Amino acid sequence: MDKKISMPLSKEDALSLNCGDYVYLTGTIYTARDAAHKRMYEALRKGEALPIDIKGQTIYYMGPSPAREGRPIGSAGPTTASRMDKYAPELLDLGLIGMIGKGKRTQEVKDAMIRNGAVYFAAVGGAGALLSKCIISSEVVAYDDLGTEAIRKLEVKDLPVIVVIDHTGKDLYIESQKQYREE
Amino acid sequence: MREIDSKIITETLSEMCIEANHYLTPDMEKALDNAEKSEISPLGKQVLGQLKENLRIAGSDTIPICQDTGMAVVFAEVGQDVHITGGTLTDAINEGVRKGYTEGFLRKSVVGDPLERVNTGDNTPAVIHYDIVPGDGLKLTLAPKGFGSENMSRIFMLKPAEGIEGVKNAVLTAVNDAGPNACPPMVVGVGIGGTFEKAALLSKKALLRPAGEHSDIPYVKELEEELLTRINKSGIGPGGLGGRITAMAVNVLTYPTHIAGLPVAVNICCHVNRHSVREL
Repeated sequence: MDKKISMPLSKEDALSLNCGDYVYLTGTIYTARDAAHKRMYEALRKGEALPIDIKGQTIYYMGPSPAREGRPIGSAGPTTASRMDKYAPELLDLGLIGMIGKGKRTQEVKDAMIRNGAVYFAAVGGAGALLSKCIISSEVVAYDDLGTEAIRKLEVKDLPVIVVIDHTGKDLYIESQKQYREE
Repeated sequence: MREIDSKIITETLSEMCIEANHYLTPDMEKALDNAEKSEISPLGKQVLGQLKENLRIAGSDTIPICQDTGMAVVFAEVGQDVHITGGTLTDAINEGVRKGYTEGFLRKSVVGDPLERVNTGDNTPAVIHYDIVPGDGLKLTLAPKGFGSENMSRIFMLKPAEGIEGVKNAVLTAVNDAGPNACPPMVVGVGIGGTFEKAALLSKKALLRPAGEHSDIPYVKELEEELLTRINKSGIGPGGLGGRITAMAVNVLTYPTHIAGLPVAVNICCHVNRHSVREL
């Protein structure tokens, strides 16, 4: 079923989304990938505050290509989420409610999602030009020195994503592969 | 002895970087068309439709096909009767990558040291493979490689007794483990034989062969066909969201090897299997 969802994601919406739902996201999300996650992790180890308040927010695992003049952003598709698995459970426990990426997650991440009522969406990997059209504005809000890996605040309109893991831990990758597997 | 000005090499490489990141070769476009026609999963078909639309937007609006514009892998076939003037060939190639990635608004994805991890800021250095060949030509092939799929690539040092069944299992294991992470539908490059590093290089070169073309060696062609069929029974599907099209091509290259060994390398590429070729 296709759904339109406002971002930041409300707790109610997070709990209403089911594995396999095709969803269009509109509103504010943040980007962070490997290097930004490592820095946030190190900040937490030192007892420092995170550069953004992640409570109730969604992180898009994405590092864009540079924007051409007059455009908000360059190509902007998802990166592989599993590289953030080391860091995700702690962020989920701090209130992160949504993640957008591609690829499998560990059981530790799923457990943290179940514990906190969070959702993992997949955007189509390798569709960066198409997805960039759904990004209205982009602003670097932290770790500017990381270039493409800086934390960005994005305004998106009808960003097409699929619920891959819902708040119950059900995983579309596992379910759908079973459905189409031939022996 | 023919002379080639290094500036021409730099200009050419720069153009190739921009071209490869905005336009796929016709064989890859055709492979995506065929995939969309053959896919039976509705969600899979929708994903393939998005990938085709993505290609259209990339070309018409000059937005890179994928934000991961890759690490620049360059194969340089250098005629032994060629002399490069005005600098070294390696410098000319890296300067071309620097220029192309900067002027073409391509992402800078390279860190200068694998553990210190500071971005070099211009996507250099390239990974360059040189071959010395007869004649006075210079053939450059650029294959920008994204790391979603590169990370899922594998090498297996099999025992000779494991034979062709061992090879098949190795490839199927790599593809299955890659699953949705490698942005399927994939192109699978396989290198069999040689040494540890030769097998890996063969598997990378195998990705350059146009999708839909097969090996000239009859048993290798059969192996490619069987592997493609079996990979597409895995159920992984487009985007890993289930379906019958997990790979669009399996390309295998072989090389003589040692009496004690059977190296098998599997280099996985996503559907954005980019390359650009120029002869100077």
